[in-house]
Amino acid sequence: MKNDTPATVIEVKNLSCGYGETVVLQDVSFAVHPRELLFVIGGSGCGKSTLLGCMIGLLKPFQGDVAYFGKSFTAADAVQRRDILKTFGVLYQNNALWSSMTLAENVSLPLEEHTSLTREDRQEIIALKLTQVGLSGSEELYPAELSGGMQKRAALARALALDPAIVFFDEPSTGLDPITSRQMDRLILQVRDTLGTSMVIVSHQLSSIFRLADRVIVLDRQSKGIIAEGAPAELAATSTDPRVRDFLNEDEDFPKPTNPPPAGRSYDLSK
Amino acid sequence: MTACRQLPAVNTELKAATARLEAGPAGSECLVKVGGDWRLSEPVPSWIGVLGKRTGASVRVVPDELGKWDTSLVLFLLHGRAWCAQSKKDFHADALPENLQSLLRQVAGMGAPKPIAKAPVKPSWALVGTMAKKMVSHALEIVPFVGECTLGFIGVVKKPCRFRWMDCLVEMQQCWVSSLPIVSLVSFLVGVILAFQAAIQLRQFGAAVFVADLVGLAVVREMGPMMAAVVVAGGTGAGFAAQLGNMKVDQEIDALETLGISSVDFLALPRLLAAAVMMPILALYANVLGILGGMFVSATMLDIPATAYWIETQNRVGFSDVTSGLIKSLFFGLAVGLAGCLRGMKCDRSAAGVGAATSSAVVTGITLIVLADALFAMIFNVLGI
Repeated sequence: MKNDTPATVIEVKNLSCGYGETVVLQDVSFAVHPRELLFVIGGSGCGKSTLLGCMIGLLKPFQGDVAYFGKSFTAADAVQRRDILKTFGVLYQNNALWSSMTLAENVSLPLEEHTSLTREDRQEIIALKLTQVGLSGSEELYPAELSGGMQKRAALARALALDPAIVFFDEPSTGLDPITSRQMDRLILQVRDTLGTSMVIVSHQLSSIFRLADRVIVLDRQSKGIIAEGAPAELAATSTDPRVRDFLNEDEDFPKPTNPPPAGRSYDLSK
Repeated sequence: MTACRQLPAVNTELKAATARLEAGPAGSECLVKVGGDWRLSEPVPSWIGVLGKRTGASVRVVPDELGKWDTSLVLFLLHGRAWCAQSKKDFHADALPENLQSLLRQVAGMGAPKPIAKAPVKPSWALVGTMAKKMVSHALEIVPFVGECTLGFIGVVKKPCRFRWMDCLVEMQQCWVSSLPIVSLVSFLVGVILAFQAAIQLRQFGAAVFVADLVGLAVVREMGPMMAAVVVAGGTGAGFAAQLGNMKVDQEIDALETLGISSVDFLALPRLLAAAVMMPILALYANVLGILGGMFVSATMLDIPATAYWIETQNRVGFSDVTSGLIKSLFFGLAVGLAGCLRGMKCDRSAAGVGAATSSAVVTGITLIVLADALFAMIFNVLGI
C-alpha cells in the first residue's frame, strides 16, 4: 500500500542567518515530522526568533535552505512561495491581529485571498474556527475588546483559517496567567490531535515544554546552533551538557512545592 | 599594637542626624558601634572622619540599638572594609544583622565607582554627515517602493475586484474630513496675504483692480494645490506613516506577508489612491477659498466690489490655469501617499521608530511636493501652459 504521509514536513538544511554582518545561527539543520510538537528553546539572544523568522520567510538566510514537503522555500519563486505560505499558519508573540478589523474579518482575510469561497461559506468557516478556539459568537468584536488570552485564541483561529499542515507559535504563553496558559496548551494539543497539524513552538515556558513537547531542540548563543535535541524529560535527565541541564531542570534554590496536587486535579491534557 | 584612642561619642557635625556612631578601644580591637536610623536622605558619619587617624590590629563593627537602615549603612561599612584592607587591619562585621551581612557579601566584588558619564554629544558636522547618509538611503528606498506600487496598480487594473475599495473609501473620507478645516483656514489666509502684498505695490500705480489677477493666478496655479498638499502631508501623510508604523511594530504587516498577502497591495495602494483622488478636490476647494480671501481684502480695503473682482478673476484665470494646478495636485497626492506609506512600512520596530517615521513622512512628502512642483514648472514652461 502506498503511504502518502511524508517523512518530514519541514527540513532545515545548513541554515545560517543573522542581521547585517552579525551571524546569529550557523549551519543549523533539523527536521520536523508529521503531527510532531517540536519546541525550539534556549536562552535569551540564542536565535530562536531569528530561526523562526527564517523559517516563515520574514528573514532571508545567509545560506542554507528551508524546505516544506520537499519543496525549497528559500529558492522558491513568487508563485511557489505563495503556495508554500498557504501550508503554514503563524501565531505571533503579540498576536498581530489586524486591529482595524473585527475577529470575523481577521479570520476571513486569508480565506478571501487564497480561496474562491462564497461569503456564506466563509461565514460558516469563521464561526467554526472561532468555536474551535472557544470564541463562539465573538465575530463582531475588535481585537482591542478582547483579553490577552482571547486574543491568543483569535490569533490561533486566524492561523488555522486555511487548515494549514503546520502552525508556528512564537512564545504562545507570553503575558498569560498560569490558568490561561494551561488552556492554551490544551488547545494546542486539541488542534494537533484533531487536525494532525505539525507544530513548531518557540517558548521559554518549562511547564508547557514538559506538557506538550514531543521533541525539543536547544539553541545556544555561543555555539550559534543546536546543542541538544530530544525528548525534554530525557534531555533533562540524561544530558551531560550543563547548559541543557540548567535550562530544563528546576533551580535548586527554588524547588517546586513538594505537596502533591489535590485529588481530582491532573495534568493529563488529553481530557 | 596600638589601641584606638577614645573618640567623642558622636560626631559633633551629626547631631541633627539620627544615625549614631561610637568608636572606642576594646582590648586590642577598635570597637565601632553603629546605631539609630541610617538614611540616604539624611547626613551619616563618614568612616575616615571616625577612624582616619587611628591604628589598631583590627576593627569590629557591632550594632547598638540599630534601627532602620538602607544603602547608606552598607556604603559606610564598605568604606570601612576598604579602609581596613588598605591599612592592613582585620575587619569584623559578624555581629551585624544577618541580612546586612548577606548584602555585604553580595556586593563584595564591587569595583571602584566610575563617574556618571553623559552620552557624548556628537559634533554638528558628524550629525550633518549622518543625516546626509540617512537622506541618501531614504531617497534610494523610494525607487523600489515606486516599482512595487506600480506593479500593484497594474494588478488592480487587471483585477479591479481584488482591490480593497472599501478601505480606499474610508481613507478618502478620513483625508477629506481631517484636512478640510485646516485647508479652509490656510487657503483663505494665503489669499488674504497675497492680496495685501499685491495691494501695497499696485495701489501706487492705480492698478489695484489687478490684485484679482495676481491672487487668482497665484492661487490657482501654485498656492492652492501647494497649500492643500502641505496640509495633507502634515495630516494624512503623517497619519499613514503612524498607522502603518504601528502595524509594523505589532507584527501585523508580518502577519500579512506570512499569509501570502502583499502588504503593498493591501495597505499602500488604497491609501495612495485615496490621497491621489482627494488631493485635486482639496486643491479646487483651496483655490476657491484663496480667491475668496483676496476678494475679502479687495472689498474691505481697496473698495473693489466683489462682482468686479470676480469678473476680473474670470477674465484672467483660464481653464488651463485651473487644470494645470489640478494635474499637479494629483501628483502631489501620490507623493504624499507614497511618502506616508513608505515611511510607515520601513519603520523601526519601536515606539521611537514610529515617531521618526511620522516626522520623516512629512519631510519626505513636502520634499517630493516641492520637487514635483519644480518639475511641473519646467514642463509647463516648455509646453507653454
